[in-house]
Amino acid sequence: MSISRSIKDLDWPLVIITLLLCALGVLQIYSATAMTKWQDAWWKQLIWVGTGLVMMWVVAQLDYHTLLSRVFVLYAGVIGLLIATAFIGNKVFGSTRWIHVAGFTLQTSEFVKIVLILLAAKFLSDLKVKTLEWGDIAKLAALVAVPMVLVMKQPDLGTSLTFLPILICGILMAGVRWRHLLIIAGVLLVVAPIGYHFLKPYQKDRLVSFINPDHDPKGSGFQVIQSKIAVGNGGIWGRGAKESSQTHLGFLPVPHTDFIFSSFAEEHGFAGIIIALVLYFLLIMQIVQSAQTATDNAGLYICMGVAALLLFHVLVNVGMVVGRMPVTGIPLPLMSSGGSNTWSVFLMLGLVNSVRSRRVLD
Amino acid sequence: MALLESERHRSDEVSSERLLRDDPKAAAGKIAVFQYLAIAVFIFLVSGFWKLQVQNSDVYSEAAERNRIKSTPILAGRGKILDRDGRVIVDNKASYSLLLSRDQMKWEHLPAIAEALQLDYEELANKIRRLNSRPQIIIKDNLSRDEIAFVESHRDASTYPEMELIRSWRRQYPQDGFAAHVSGYVGEISEGELDEPAFLDYHQGDIVGKDGIEREYDSTLRGIDGQQRVMVDNMGRERRIQEPQEAIPGKDLKLTLDLDLQAVAELSMEGKRGAVVALNPRNGEVLAMVSRPTFDPNKFTGRISRADWSEIASDPYKPLLNRVTQAQLAPGSTFKPIMGIAGLESGVIDATTDFHCAGGASFYGHYFACHLKGGHGNIELHRAIAQSCDVYFYNVGNRLGIDRIAHYADIAGIGHKTGIDLPNETQGTMPSTKWKLRMSRQKWYAGETISVSIGQGAVTVSPLQIASALGGLSVGGVWYKPHLVKKEAPVVLRRANFNPENLQQVISGMCAVVNEGGTGRAAALPDVTVCGKTGTAQLAATEKTKGAGLKSSMANNAWFVAFAPRENPEIVVAALFENGVESYNAVPIVRDVLKAYFDKKARESAARAQRQETSLMPGPLFNFAIYRTMAALKVELPEGFRR
Repeated sequence: MSISRSIKDLDWPLVIITLLLCALGVLQIYSATAMTKWQDAWWKQLIWVGTGLVMMWVVAQLDYHTLLSRVFVLYAGVIGLLIATAFIGNKVFGSTRWIHVAGFTLQTSEFVKIVLILLAAKFLSDLKVKTLEWGDIAKLAALVAVPMVLVMKQPDLGTSLTFLPILICGILMAGVRWRHLLIIAGVLLVVAPIGYHFLKPYQKDRLVSFINPDHDPKGSGFQVIQSKIAVGNGGIWGRGAKESSQTHLGFLPVPHTDFIFSSFAEEHGFAGIIIALVLYFLLIMQIVQSAQTATDNAGLYICMGVAALLLFHVLVNVGMVVGRMPVTGIPLPLMSSGGSNTWSVFLMLGLVNSVRSRRVLD
Repeated sequence: MALLESERHRSDEVSSERLLRDDPKAAAGKIAVFQYLAIAVFIFLVSGFWKLQVQNSDVYSEAAERNRIKSTPILAGRGKILDRDGRVIVDNKASYSLLLSRDQMKWEHLPAIAEALQLDYEELANKIRRLNSRPQIIIKDNLSRDEIAFVESHRDASTYPEMELIRSWRRQYPQDGFAAHVSGYVGEISEGELDEPAFLDYHQGDIVGKDGIEREYDSTLRGIDGQQRVMVDNMGRERRIQEPQEAIPGKDLKLTLDLDLQAVAELSMEGKRGAVVALNPRNGEVLAMVSRPTFDPNKFTGRISRADWSEIASDPYKPLLNRVTQAQLAPGSTFKPIMGIAGLESGVIDATTDFHCAGGASFYGHYFACHLKGGHGNIELHRAIAQSCDVYFYNVGNRLGIDRIAHYADIAGIGHKTGIDLPNETQGTMPSTKWKLRMSRQKWYAGETISVSIGQGAVTVSPLQIASALGGLSVGGVWYKPHLVKKEAPVVLRRANFNPENLQQVISGMCAVVNEGGTGRAAALPDVTVCGKTGTAQLAATEKTKGAGLKSSMANNAWFVAFAPRENPEIVVAALFENGVESYNAVPIVRDVLKAYFDKKARESAARAQRQETSLMPGPLFNFAIYRTMAALKVELPEGFRR
């Protein structure tokens, strides 16, 4: 009885939107990888989505307060995991991000996001103040900075940057003085050019190529140029599944992972991307609605953290596809092929459901 | 179940403890800001897609097409240029060219490629930069065996994948500049030409006719290149070969030129500077056309090297100039037949009018000499033409006045382009009072008329103009448009209503030039009555420059214009021998051409009569080569070919 009640309590509009996006993703992975060495990626993705759904349901059953009360254990756990990854992880494309667990290859940094969302929610809701003081901001920033630095060292700049929206959204939601905000913005503006010098050469290339893609069209600008060609080639109605030359003749890099939306845009055109983007927008708004109806600030912080993270992912990934964001190599949630990110997103949606099922009903 | 129930209950209790939200109002505004931010993000993204997929979709579709379709041109051969009997003058030879694909190209490969193919690196780099609109650039034509081997062994993906061999056609012109001014030459289209409306459907790097027939009939001779399109993947592997779009070769062009006659004309100009042209005065067909010095158009085929070009362009004797249509020189005494008809037609003289020649005469306070110092005594038109008496024509000119001379010269075509189908023809000059007013805002002085009367002074003509002018007189005062390519019907430029008797007076004078011991007696042929007029034209009219020494470049030009047969002219030949000193030096040139023409005619009619002559005769180009070799070896040449 309680099970059936909890199923009824699930945020069904959210689940349906999620599944629609996953369906678009699986179909696109199928189309983009047909006749390539990745041609079995689509059913793997189906398994990720199926198991992800179960994970979401399990998390939805848990009271998020239980998780919040143990968040520092979780935090210590993921830090340990990141350190372990550095030692026992697999090196792929010059970067150590993955570990083998029971036959799966997991990207540990993806799960750090969930813990950071919980951590920010716990930390900020415990303060019970209207506006944050410097000390609070510094403490939270320091807590986020530790895994960020670890992930950056892998090196994986893209994923480490996805921790920032969690931090920023949390601080803004908890309330911050305008003066503090301006000072933080000022400091970031000064630090950014210095940070540029610590980037790896390929990361610098990506930034330069973002500003001027024709700088080196055969090199780092190649992906952006090819992605834009693919998108533009789609036109209004798209080239049709498997009819897309950019995707199928290999001009588009990784058309089933980071550039899946580019391949989708080539095959389904402007009409297709409008549908997909509207789904993403509804997904985020549905999560925001859960934030609005949350019983307490902790629930609100969790939902807003998830919403901000997803918005950031969509902005950076899709922005990259149309050449409006630099190439950072972060996946498009729910559509890109890959287990860790899919699971991570479903776990976050589980948290949102957990908050929602305990909401205040007006 | 019970456990779950109780847990549920407890969690409800926990929730009820916090039934009131911590501060619901405080967060509402911030959440709204987030929602607006999300809307802004999505608008930002959608606008990106709008720009790529809706506004500029065609640009990116083309880019995608360029990505996946590798197209190699299939070059179309130009049409051949044939003589009037269909013998080949300009041909094509199959060869290989090297194509460079821009999208595969790496600048650091260029020095090695340039070195292997013996190209100047700077020149090559400039060319690649210049032809920036072309996806593929032909960088070398007519590859040698070694160069083909180099390309074949280095064009793989890991070495120089930008190189590609394609079959091409090399334009093959006769050796030693034979008929070079008629054929002209081809070259890469220039930036200036690309801007002209006539070259609208041409592209950077296209080969285009630059001069002569090649230029005039470029649209006929030029074919349409085809394309071989192959679908490739990102590694350049061929996925699917599409049906080729075949090249359409250009059309062959038959000229009115007669190779036999041309060969003789070429030989007769050997070692001289000047020009010869042979026309059929009855329809304007050009039978032979030679200009000296000449150039080798083979050096220009396609892509001329800078060194070759500057050598030809800086030659002070301007070998590229087609002297037949572009020289503008004083006609000298060859102008006198026109004076004769002007005098007769206007009535200032008749056949019996005579003037006294004492070796010179004074007009308007100046003394004008006759070329015969001792004088011709009393002389009338017939003898005046035959002996080329200057004093006689001074008087005729004086009676006519410049404007009446100009009127008749105009009818004969002096001062007008003939309209021949070759580029850049010059129009020469026929002075008149109006002309002088227009050119220098000055009044015409009667004294100037005296020089014009003997073809000096301001009057200038091209060899083609004077041939056409006298040819028109020879056929009764009809001028046909000279042409090298036969059109539907000959075009009549002008028709004069001359008294046939007057015309006969002039023609009999010209007949006497050749047949009655006149200045052109060397042109006489045994079976055909040749009529003609010589000319010795001074280059500098003033005494001062004449006294500056008899440098060869200041020596008089020799002219001879002749037609035959007298009664029913079929051919008119004009020869200009620059710095030939005396007019009789130009006579053998014309004689050789006339003789060749009538010999061939006799041969052909004999052959027609017998109907069984075997065609073992070597071709004219072969003959030309043999004669050249004999001349070089200083072997005694047949009479007709001696200077």
